[in-house]
Amino acid sequence: MIKQLFKFREMLLVVIIAMLLAVFSARSPGFAKPGNLANIFNDTSILIILALGQMTVILTKSIDLSVAANVAFTGMAIGMLNAAYPAMPLALIILIALGTGAVLGAINGLFVWKLNIPSIVVTLGTLTIYRGMAFVLSGGAWVNAHQMTAPFLQTPRQLFFGLPLLGWTAIVIVAIMYVVMSRTFLGRAIYASGGNPTAAVYAGIDVGRTRFYAFVISGTLAGLCGYLWVSRYAVAYVDIAAGFELDTVAACVIGGISTLGGIGSVAGAVLGSLFLGVIKNALPVINISPFSQMAISGSVIIAAVIFNARQERRRGRIILRDRGASEQIEVTA
Amino acid sequence: MNKIALSEPLSETPLLEMRGISKSFPGVKALNDVNIALFPGMVTALIGENGAGKSTLVKILTGIYQSDEGEIHVDGEPVAFANAQDAIDFGVTAIHQETVLFDELSVAENIFLGHAPKTRLGFVNWKAVNARALALLHSLESNIDPRTRLKDLSIAQRHLVAIARALSVDARIVIMDEPTAALSRKEVDDLFQIVKRLKAQGKAVLFISHKFDEVYEIADHYAVFRDGKAVGSGVLAGVGQDEIVKLMVGRSIEHAFPKVEIPLGETVLSVDNYSHPTEFRHISFALKKGEIFGIYGLVGAGRSEICQSLFGVTRPSSGSLKLNGKELVIHSPADAIKAGIVYVPEERGRHGAVLQLPIYQNISLPSLTRTSRSGFLRAAEEFALARKYAERFDLRAAALSIPVGNLSGGNQQKVVIGKWLATHPKILILDEPTKGIDIGSKAAVHAFISELAGEGLSIIMVSSELPEILGMSDRVLVMREGLSAGVYERDHLSAETLVRAATGNA
Repeated sequence: MIKQLFKFREMLLVVIIAMLLAVFSARSPGFAKPGNLANIFNDTSILIILALGQMTVILTKSIDLSVAANVAFTGMAIGMLNAAYPAMPLALIILIALGTGAVLGAINGLFVWKLNIPSIVVTLGTLTIYRGMAFVLSGGAWVNAHQMTAPFLQTPRQLFFGLPLLGWTAIVIVAIMYVVMSRTFLGRAIYASGGNPTAAVYAGIDVGRTRFYAFVISGTLAGLCGYLWVSRYAVAYVDIAAGFELDTVAACVIGGISTLGGIGSVAGAVLGSLFLGVIKNALPVINISPFSQMAISGSVIIAAVIFNARQERRRGRIILRDRGASEQIEVTA
Repeated sequence: MNKIALSEPLSETPLLEMRGISKSFPGVKALNDVNIALFPGMVTALIGENGAGKSTLVKILTGIYQSDEGEIHVDGEPVAFANAQDAIDFGVTAIHQETVLFDELSVAENIFLGHAPKTRLGFVNWKAVNARALALLHSLESNIDPRTRLKDLSIAQRHLVAIARALSVDARIVIMDEPTAALSRKEVDDLFQIVKRLKAQGKAVLFISHKFDEVYEIADHYAVFRDGKAVGSGVLAGVGQDEIVKLMVGRSIEHAFPKVEIPLGETVLSVDNYSHPTEFRHISFALKKGEIFGIYGLVGAGRSEICQSLFGVTRPSSGSLKLNGKELVIHSPADAIKAGIVYVPEERGRHGAVLQLPIYQNISLPSLTRTSRSGFLRAAEEFALARKYAERFDLRAAALSIPVGNLSGGNQQKVVIGKWLATHPKILILDEPTKGIDIGSKAAVHAFISELAGEGLSIIMVSSELPEILGMSDRVLVMREGLSAGVYERDHLSAETLVRAATGNA
């Protein structure tokens, strides 16, 4: 039944996004043209990839606030690398980006796993540290477009069937994450660790290690986005993606991923990101100021949280639990 | 039954009287037509096994639960406790086993939290708070500084603070729920001094304890509960321990247990001198093939803790394990599952199932290493496994893909047991296997346990229910306060022996 509710919730998001597109294209013909839709998707690709990493972490009852700082550090590092060694093949650069991101994610994961520190504290700390490292690395200098090589900048822009490679990368990542979450032992362990950590331990799952892997996944995807971000905007500086970690959390929440862990899906994270992407791209078209955009995004996030909380309460009945206790909960709620 | 007339020796009007109180939970009648009376200046001991209904009674008295039937009278007037505040307003206050206080607050703040004296402007009058706290503590002959943080006090001192808090609201009826559980003998003596002072002040005390020596030392009246009924009450003087024990365990209807006599095989698991830093010490026993090995004891005696360390959830500090004669070290539940030891925990909701996940994923969860190949899950295998155990247990669910959270309690139980049996265990540890389920389902569970033993599984069954222990076990380990109080063979099992061993009245 919940699965159906989920489908319902995800369907609901699809319907809302479709309605938004319809409304916007009524105001501005051409908005819903395939070319523009491909543009919006391409523009949302980085958010989608980061939101998937964030989803993995949130599912284990944790949070990764350092993703955007990870993007900034990795982006800066490979931007400088590309400027310093123009001959270095792009594949190697991307590999380094993935590796750097994974290491930063692993640092978060180790603190959470081995020292048992709450993830919000760890990643709040590393958020500052990673961005600080980006500053130390660059000395505050920018890496500009003219310092970067053409393959570095142009590869994600190659069109295939009307969609840039950046968009295709997001599609591939979505597919990989779908397989990981639904078809692998790790994916199942991630859901179980967040859904009921105690039961997961009793079932022989190492919850701490599972959280560690979730952070590594999140970090690796952030590393990839470090490259994608720098090449897309053709500049690397300390403050890139500042505050973007909150967008990733917002996309997850809108997509129905429970901040309490254990509930959520790849489709939800993707739809949540697309929703934000559509709003962001559409509002300027119909002349709504960026500040209203922020207010609208914020309202939607709160609405989504309320909606999800109500859904969870409706089904969150533990029959075996001491009835008196649950009665009290109801009274206080 | 042995129902001594309540009014017989008790001339005064009771301060508080409960008449015909009944309370049901789904599948369980926790209290059935219970009467109890508390008199000013008297200590009434409430005695009963685990699950006899004592806690439910306390919760009704303190307004946390409301009874389905029956009346509460205070000073002869009928009253209703709709919530905890009502009970406090009528002067009822409870001091719990684990005192509910705030570590980071001062003693005085703890005592007056929620009803602190105020200044004219409505701010907390700290001077008055500290002065009145000091006066209260002095009246209890304690010299604790009211400004001390609670976390710096000993457990006994915390009890004293809890009592002071109770007195600060002008309590007339004080409920003490196993107040001595964590106290040393010296501290118990101090506590009893306080109880005597409360008596002298004309307060009615309801004293809940498992320890007979304490009951005889402090109580004037007794009330014995069994299976949610008040089976005996009256003046304690002149009533022997034997009588009380009989009242506690005596059962008119013996529930037929489908115990099948199985010739026991060789020793499968031997536990040698197992100890844990805080929970239990020097536990040794041997488990045979096809045996149902009962572990009995009061709540908090360390029964579940032993099982959890056998399952690798916690690590023992010393001692060794042998499985089929071979040394075995268990670091984690994954190790235990691999070795064929599984644990069906008591709190199925918290420990057992991941409620958000579908049935089939719950059943396969501990067996994933078997049903997956190089890290990839094989849904068909998982479904096959789930279907097998769903059929075996007659699981009633619309589909195996619905979340476990949508199932009824009984069906959730089936999923949890199914998931453990799916790992093909050799040793099955069942913690309170029939707690909170109705009589009919209990019989089914018991039949099933016998069947498993018949198939050659060795079973460790932790239970607080005497009939279950007596009816099902081949041997019983009795635990008291983290220590073994003996292992009893089936031929020597009797309710009295076990209760005496568990309560320390051997």
